[in-house]
Amino acid sequence: MNLRIKKNANSIMGIVLTAIVVIPAIIGIFWTPYDPETINGSLKLAGASWAHPFGCDNFGRDILSRIMLGSSTTFLIGMGTVIGGAVVGTLVGALTGFYGGVIDEVLMRFNDVMLSFPSLLLALTFVAIFGPGKYRVMWALAIAFVPSFARIIRAEFKRVKNMDYVKAARLSGASDFRIMYVHILPNTVKVLINAVLIGFNNAVLAEAGLSFLGIGVQPPDASLGRMLSDSQTYLFTKPSYAIIPGMAIIVMVLGVSMIGKEVE
Amino acid sequence: MKILKKIVSSILVVLVVSTLVFVAFSVIPGDPAVAKLGTMATPEQLENLRQAMGLTDPLPVRYVHWVLGVLQGDFGTSYSYGIPVTDLIADKLPVTVTMAIISMFIMIVLAVVLAIYSAYHEHSLLGRAIGVINQVIMSIPPFFGGIIITLIFGLTFKLFSPGGYISYDINLGKFIGYMIWPAIAIALPKASMAYSLLLSGLIGEKKKDYVRTAYSRGNSSKAVFYRHILKNACIPVITFLGMAFADMIAGTLVIEQVFGIPGLGMILLTSIQNRDYPVVEAIIVCIAVLVIFSNLLVDILYKVVDPRTR
Repeated sequence: MNLRIKKNANSIMGIVLTAIVVIPAIIGIFWTPYDPETINGSLKLAGASWAHPFGCDNFGRDILSRIMLGSSTTFLIGMGTVIGGAVVGTLVGALTGFYGGVIDEVLMRFNDVMLSFPSLLLALTFVAIFGPGKYRVMWALAIAFVPSFARIIRAEFKRVKNMDYVKAARLSGASDFRIMYVHILPNTVKVLINAVLIGFNNAVLAEAGLSFLGIGVQPPDASLGRMLSDSQTYLFTKPSYAIIPGMAIIVMVLGVSMIGKEVE
Repeated sequence: MKILKKIVSSILVVLVVSTLVFVAFSVIPGDPAVAKLGTMATPEQLENLRQAMGLTDPLPVRYVHWVLGVLQGDFGTSYSYGIPVTDLIADKLPVTVTMAIISMFIMIVLAVVLAIYSAYHEHSLLGRAIGVINQVIMSIPPFFGGIIITLIFGLTFKLFSPGGYISYDINLGKFIGYMIWPAIAIALPKASMAYSLLLSGLIGEKKKDYVRTAYSRGNSSKAVFYRHILKNACIPVITFLGMAFADMIAGTLVIEQVFGIPGLGMILLTSIQNRDYPVVEAIIVCIAVLVIFSNLLVDILYKVVDPRTR
């Protein structure tokens, strides 16, 4: 009993932390307190005030508004990446795991090679090929994330396809598609959710890294990574300019990983 | 025999990866001749340059040229710098590798010391506190960790001067002294992962039968811990080391920007922005080789440490 409460406390904490960043991010898609792009010389590097709770940046733009918009960019890229990677990865993993054979062998060898590369390096390579920008980064990351999903789903399909109930379904004349979709896929959901949460975190970190380097999201789109790299020049005079976007990334990643631990 | 097979397959992987990189960068739109001369150049000028760069040859011919060059350590000429790519990256590679090795060292020391402490004091307050702090540290992106380190240790306590990078051929001691800070930033999140892995290994092994046998033979608890439990708990961590090293090498590319270190990352970035593909190809292939061979090393190490896998 005690253990269950503690476990719940952990997942509630995770949900709360995630919500702290994700709810303002979702609001930020539609509305921000100020126009995040309005430049105001008189508010340059202004401190915290009632009007601007997080102060203003080096162009006098409201940091809260930019954080909301930046988090929403990061959140949407993370979601897009994970959905794209999971859909394609599940398809590849399901087909190769179910049918096996030469194609499975070749694809998985290729997969192993991709997986041995750090995701940041893969993302850098794809961005070098596609070019920078919000949607291109999403594509680049989604492609880079397909192998990890494919591997996890393939292993699940391989494990489940030899179980007795699948054999029974086959004997009763179910088609391959029905077996995969109705009988095996629901069994992989738990593993898939966990992979999605881990993937989301990796995507958020990769996007922030790319934007920090200046080859991810391009201005005028706001991004947490970009804000961090802009803030470096003013680190001594206005450390909060760096700390706030950094904390937004940490809180979001920490919250999601705490939820992920509970799913396990 | 198995090791030989691993070596052969690693070499094959290097070949496949470099082929993919070359093909990918050859088929993407964008004309390097235009990139070099600008849009104001006349068509003849462009044509001449394309011929001089060997861009008019068919793809397979260019590929064979490129591979033969790479095998002799020649990655071609940089479009934007106009000097051989090898000269451009040769003196930057040690910066990347040194930083990754220092951060590997920091990671191992931190993870092992803290995991042993936590395994001994599983239920103590400090042991639990380390566990909580650990989860937070795992979520810190290295470049933000680097900014915080700069803020605290560089600007506030003045333990190092941010941006005061000194090259290794000028003063090796000062170079390593400066490299420690970015290395910590890269090492921290990885150390916390290695810590959890090692700790769960230690706690799991502690309850196993062979441990009880070792005690019943009259071994002291220290001897049992260090000679049996720790040794077995380290085995899964070794696989992690290979992955961590690969991630650290990629991490150096980003952290260089935080600490103003002119290494491979800086060249890679400007080359991506200038579409200077020979340089991008060379850096990606070099890092790929580093990653693949560090994985190979880990595989071999694994077989040496764990006789069951031989």
